[in-house]
Amino acid sequence: MHIRKLVTRGALALSFTVGAAFAAQAQSVIHMGASGEPDSLDPHFASGTWENRVIGDMFIGLLTEAADGTAIPGAATDWTISDDGLVYTFDLRDGAVWSDGEPVTANDFVFSLQRILTPETAAQYASLLYPIANAEAVNSGDADPSELGARAINDDTLEITLAQPTPFFLELLTHYTAWPVPQHVVEEHGNAWVRPENIQVNGPYILQEWIPQTHVHLARNDMFWDNDNVAIDEVYWYPTEDRSAALRRFRAGELDANTDFASEQIDFLRSEMPDSYRIAPYLGIYYYPINSTDPALADPNVRMALNLAVNREAITDQVLRTGEIPAMSFVPPIPGYEPADAPYEDMSYEDALAEAQALMEGAGYGPDDRLSLVLRYNTSENHRRIAVAIASMWQQIYVDTELFNTDVAVHYNDLEQGDFQVARAGWIADYPDAQNFLYLLEEGINFNYGRWENEEFNQLMDEAMQTIDLEARAEIMREAEAIALNDAANIPIYYYVSKNLVAPHVIGWVDNTKDIHRTRWLSLDNS
Amino acid sequence: MLSYVVRRLLVAIPTLFIIITIAFFMMRVAPGGPFDGERALPPAVEANIAARYNLDRPLIVQYGLYLGNVLRGDFGPSLRARDFTVTELIAQGFPVSLQLGGIALLLAAVVGMTLGATAALKQNSAYDYGVMATAMSGIAIPNFVMAPLLTLVFGIYLSWLPVGGWRGVDSMILPIIALALPQVAYVARLTRGSMIETLRANFIRTARAKGLPEHVTIVRHALKGGLLPVVSYLGPAAAGLITGSVVIEQIFGIPGIGRYFVQGALNRDYPLVMATVIFYGALIIILNLVVDVLYGLLDPKVRYQ
Repeated sequence: MHIRKLVTRGALALSFTVGAAFAAQAQSVIHMGASGEPDSLDPHFASGTWENRVIGDMFIGLLTEAADGTAIPGAATDWTISDDGLVYTFDLRDGAVWSDGEPVTANDFVFSLQRILTPETAAQYASLLYPIANAEAVNSGDADPSELGARAINDDTLEITLAQPTPFFLELLTHYTAWPVPQHVVEEHGNAWVRPENIQVNGPYILQEWIPQTHVHLARNDMFWDNDNVAIDEVYWYPTEDRSAALRRFRAGELDANTDFASEQIDFLRSEMPDSYRIAPYLGIYYYPINSTDPALADPNVRMALNLAVNREAITDQVLRTGEIPAMSFVPPIPGYEPADAPYEDMSYEDALAEAQALMEGAGYGPDDRLSLVLRYNTSENHRRIAVAIASMWQQIYVDTELFNTDVAVHYNDLEQGDFQVARAGWIADYPDAQNFLYLLEEGINFNYGRWENEEFNQLMDEAMQTIDLEARAEIMREAEAIALNDAANIPIYYYVSKNLVAPHVIGWVDNTKDIHRTRWLSLDNS
Repeated sequence: MLSYVVRRLLVAIPTLFIIITIAFFMMRVAPGGPFDGERALPPAVEANIAARYNLDRPLIVQYGLYLGNVLRGDFGPSLRARDFTVTELIAQGFPVSLQLGGIALLLAAVVGMTLGATAALKQNSAYDYGVMATAMSGIAIPNFVMAPLLTLVFGIYLSWLPVGGWRGVDSMILPIIALALPQVAYVARLTRGSMIETLRANFIRTARAKGLPEHVTIVRHALKGGLLPVVSYLGPAAAGLITGSVVIEQIFGIPGIGRYFVQGALNRDYPLVMATVIFYGALIIILNLVVDVLYGLLDPKVRYQ
């Protein structure tokens, strides 16, 4: 009897497993490489693009990204902006609920904004929300979270007041710092709310399992308002840090898509897998800050000479070779913003080099009186190759360059301390707006590594912040950018491109400058 | 024997304490902090984070706090992986590393010793040269070349095995082989060398002169002596293998603890580095003890009081 019972049970279990396997076949499952291991799945603790990819499948802000990356209504369906540009009133989506059926209310948003800005939360990215009234004071511990400029008028209406007009504010709301977290769950579980057994989400997918360094497994959230239009049932995100290994997994069919591939693979991809990779413009700049407090580099003519002598096409076409765009401005082209032209924009390299030599000679340098510089870069094969190329370009303008390599933590620590002459840096925009690049050159900003200071530039940037008319604002920022370029504040080198491996059977992938591809827009063609 | 083991374990406590102290201060002397990256933090945010992790207290106070926590078994939160404590990370990763490293070690020991011993018996034959040449290339070809090569051949061209992940037995085969190969080679060379030496020793000649059958001479006398250097090599090697290999883990996407050591240091994730150092240190101390005990069993010249 006992034994027979066991056997029946075993058979039953077996048939269940087989049944489950058949059911699983009908499911649409996608395997994606995120290019890094999330530090956290709590949107308030995220700080990287790879976390954005994973968490962005689970949470949706007031606005969200369409397949092409543009901002579209998310948790809010419409909104009004006061004439002075300071007060935003959002209508929340009717019937939108958390995955446990609780309604998503304006209070959830107020709670979330207060939570990320509370000093004890110690959120790395909180400063992105400083445009909200009192946000900086709250984050610095100088004001109570209740004084933050966000309040629930009723369950469905949220009002956010800004410290000053911020034309990019709606774009900012697509960012993970502004995503809602479920107040009732966070209050019950504390920081453990984000574990699979506790988490509730308002987006298309909900967390099933997270095995660190292995994968994050998400499954369809049936309570998501647009669930009917979501095609893929399950998502596996892999922390594909090793890009060569990721390409092998992609080739073996274990990954359907992967963020990023190594530049040196481009020839292989072009010849062997032309349908399986994407290269698209990306909102980022690779540049060299110049330390303006250095006695030799305080001279704008020397800085201009260093700029002129960099052959940007040679770097993008011969060193990198993956479609990067030579940068002739500090701000990459952004919808609604035409970057200012650098003085060397239309010069041939020969002319630029001659001009650079003349400037250096004017500053007192020559073949027997050379300038010695230390060029710093953080560890990476491409950073090294670019530094070597630029050092040899500078040879021709009487500059002897010593290369100095450190790991990324030391590198940026020293940059912030101003302990460098010329160094490698990069910047990826948080939101598609020229201000997000140009403010790196404002006085007193700690990203302004080179300590470049220009009164007129600062005034124009202040003026732009107060200007609500978008065209006029863009024109003011363009003027400011021209000042920085003419004064050679730093050395723009190239605009980043996004690189993705995308299998031909992945449908709905639209290249975009934010490089954001939410799974809810994708489907798989398994025919 | 038991009192010897207890004595050794007691000595381990001050050893670990010294390791903790040196690692703690070395880590803090390293320039750059856990939150220095491509994007500098605004001062208010940096102050919030420093306060949260006590990084704003004087170093000696932090050291005291840390020692106290360690004594209570609390290794602190990871400064990077905010959803997990350091203990959780290691508890999740170590079984994987243990599995991967343990099997690789077993493979290395069995295959390596067999190859080495048989090569020693057929010294200077074609077989001997073949084994040693293969072993030499096994040592010379680094992991980061061998692992991608294996995945290309068996994962992509032949499609026999998965090239990444840690799910099911088939996904373990390639990483275990890649991890074991250099060790197999090294063990084979060690075994061969010491076997040849032992085979020339007087006690082997005596055994043969007594008329002992050759296989008894080899197995009971020569092999036992020949394995001594291998055993002392395998102790630390075991610690290295089962605490994970960052290269193998990265290439195959395996969730072991090897990468925590390297990434923790690069990220200045102080609690994570400290915990891995303590763990690694304790493991080496224990494995060295095991080696010494094994010596006592294998080598009649060694006696413990």
